Amino acid sequence: MELALKVLVNIFAIKNLILMLAGTTFGMMMGALPGLTATMAVALLVPFTFTMEPVSGLITLGAIYGGAIYGGCFSAILVNTPGTPSSIGTTFDGFPMAKKGEGDRAITIATIASAFGGIIGVLVLIFLSPPLAKASLKFGPPEYFWVSIFGLTIIASLASKSIIKGIVGGIFGLLVSTIGIAPIGGDVRFTFGLSSFQGGVQLIVALIGFFCIPELIKMVGDGAQSMHAMEVKTRKGVFGRTFREVFKMPGNLIRSSIIGTIVGIIPGAGGNIANLVSYNEAKRASKDQEKFGTGCMEGIVATEAANNATVGSGMVPLVTLGIPGAPPAAIILGALMLQGLRPGPELFSTHADITYTFMFSMLIANIMMVGVGVLGGRGLHKVVSKLPVRFLAPSIFFLTILGSYAIRNNIVDVFVMLGCGVIGYILRELGFHPGPILLGLILGSIAEQGLVQSMLMSMGRANRWSIFFTRPISLILIVMCLVSAIWPLIKEMRERKIGKEAAK
Amino acid sequence: MKKTLAIILTIAFFAVISITVLADSYPSKPIDYVVPFDPGGESDLTARLQQKYLEEILGVNVLIKNKPGGGGALGWAELVKEKPTGYSMTGCNLPHTIVQPLMRENTGYETEDVNPVFYFQSTPNILVVPKNSPFNSLEDIINFAKENPGAMTLGGSGSYSANHLGVLELEQVTGATITYIPFTGSGAAIPALLGNHVGGLMTYTTMGVNYKDDIKILAVASEERVPSLPDVPTFIELGYDIVEGAYRGVAVAPGTSAEQIKILEDALRKINQNPEFVQKMNEMGFKLEDYGQQASVELVAKRKEYYTQLLGELGLLK
Repeated sequence: MELALKVLVNIFAIKNLILMLAGTTFGMMMGALPGLTATMAVALLVPFTFTMEPVSGLITLGAIYGGAIYGGCFSAILVNTPGTPSSIGTTFDGFPMAKKGEGDRAITIATIASAFGGIIGVLVLIFLSPPLAKASLKFGPPEYFWVSIFGLTIIASLASKSIIKGIVGGIFGLLVSTIGIAPIGGDVRFTFGLSSFQGGVQLIVALIGFFCIPELIKMVGDGAQSMHAMEVKTRKGVFGRTFREVFKMPGNLIRSSIIGTIVGIIPGAGGNIANLVSYNEAKRASKDQEKFGTGCMEGIVATEAANNATVGSGMVPLVTLGIPGAPPAAIILGALMLQGLRPGPELFSTHADITYTFMFSMLIANIMMVGVGVLGGRGLHKVVSKLPVRFLAPSIFFLTILGSYAIRNNIVDVFVMLGCGVIGYILRELGFHPGPILLGLILGSIAEQGLVQSMLMSMGRANRWSIFFTRPISLILIVMCLVSAIWPLIKEMRERKIGKEAAK
Repeated sequence: MKKTLAIILTIAFFAVISITVLADSYPSKPIDYVVPFDPGGESDLTARLQQKYLEEILGVNVLIKNKPGGGGALGWAELVKEKPTGYSMTGCNLPHTIVQPLMRENTGYETEDVNPVFYFQSTPNILVVPKNSPFNSLEDIINFAKENPGAMTLGGSGSYSANHLGVLELEQVTGATITYIPFTGSGAAIPALLGNHVGGLMTYTTMGVNYKDDIKILAVASEERVPSLPDVPTFIELGYDIVEGAYRGVAVAPGTSAEQIKILEDALRKINQNPEFVQKMNEMGFKLEDYGQQASVELVAKRKEYYTQLLGELGLLK
């Protein structure tokens, strides 16, 4: 009781409320700029939080994290470039919806879904941390291998037009992921003798290149006909109507939030994987799959609810075991340590007031996000839609260079980004979607590490491959992989059958 | 004629002024502190902790920039090509800057070009097993590894890192066969340990302090016991002559003036003596070191000789 009172007093202290608001807003702005990720937003602010009390510092960092993951949807919806890798899937339907003149609606959908997912993730963090953290430890290298294989099976639904092109794109992404120093063994691969390539191709750099540059080229190309990048339909009451629409699909909201929560808890996997898995599942569950990719709200709800759910759940293993569930959580771990707060049981006994204030503040921050997000998002939407292409395109181009440089303070990354952009444009013209390529790039290193680490783990076994097929969670994952891989084929066959019957 | 003279005099005047300004008031503008790793790791944490004190002592802003990639190699490759202005310093790590050029083609830098200013901390290796592990001593592990060659798995941070080299040394000294499993960082290896996916970890003292409730720490690879883990015996005490770990410091571009290096060195040394800083570092499990510029050069040379021999014996030189 005393604790609850203390937490309430802490949270509703004016100073802390202001920090939540400022953190959310700052995070959103960082997240909206491609190349400035949630990890960077949090890292940038860590030194400032030293001088604060631990409670205020953590509140600020938590708010920034949530804001940044959410902010990624703005650029995904408005310029077809995910602001962070957690919003890759949001481009699939968000951008087409904006193209139809409903950018404000898309942003409102994303905002409500983000807040809902965010709140679910935090509730799980508050109430279910200890048992879930224990479960997350069951994930070892073989499980990571199977998780990444499961991720790759999604390709079929990301590449809606041609499965073959999707697979080729995925393989291309996997190959790109092998550039640089091997994560295991330290071999130098595909650097072509250039020392700058030792660091490999950064996900964010590829993401900006493959998504943003082709879109810019297209925007400039179309610019001759239309003065503005997109049309805007003006109508009233968008927020209220959209709000009701989103809550008419509770299944999607809850499923996506749960997917985000689970992926977030697994250390090393975060919003970047969660949003794509969730998109895939939403599409699979839908009766009308054809509309996915054309600007349907289910897609936006799925990705945005899932990625914000990872924010809270990514801290489940962090607060209980000191294991960050996602990269930004790793920075928060550093901040905790610098404040002299050691993750683990102490956080819930000696420092319980700090810990619970931190967790509950993330709930409040999620609610604040709706207000700030809808207002800010609409403003941004106006700017992007009103600004003539001749101003908009160069501004975005400038931001892509800034973003790809900022990620590692490395000029070579800018050239890699431009290279990816040109390749991306050509591939898009040939009918390849950037989604599978990025998925391959994200999952390549996870799969490789899982595979090699598992093979090393089984050194003492008679049959070294058996490690992949004898662990319970691995078996569950294998079944999921099979279902996910075979399902599109079955669907196609069934449709063909129905088609034939209809023809009769 | 008069005009030329006037121009020459003016140029000379400004040149003198700027030289005196440079000589008298270094530093006079913000200094970059490049961390060649991702945020959140041991190097990054130390830098962010030093930042405030550096700004107080030097009187200018210190900007931390993360420049990760290639296990630090990208940052160092850039460092050795920089102009020696004195306004940028880069975190440098051992054994990284020794082992990478010994083993890789086209690393982009040579060990000796990484011009050290001060090595301020180290994290000796520790050997840990999960709390519920059947192993209770270093001896248990060695015996098991000898009876079941390859079945004993030890995780750690990265390939040919201090952790990896520590395992190779343990194999060499004892004749046992151990399987080393690299993870992408010292933090990434912890879930594998707590989930019993590896038999143990060769990791750093910082991890030992952080997770001490969930693990058993069997030995530390320092010359003497470390203050943050006073109950843990050294490998030497247990009869195995192994001293291994990672050292962290900062370096500047080759050719940086001795005066500037001295100012940075003094500032970093002063921070290492600040009680507040010392306490925070100890709490996190870092061992503070005091290798000034000259001592750092000697440390690097000594370690390079040793690693060249070790990697040579294992047939791993490029």
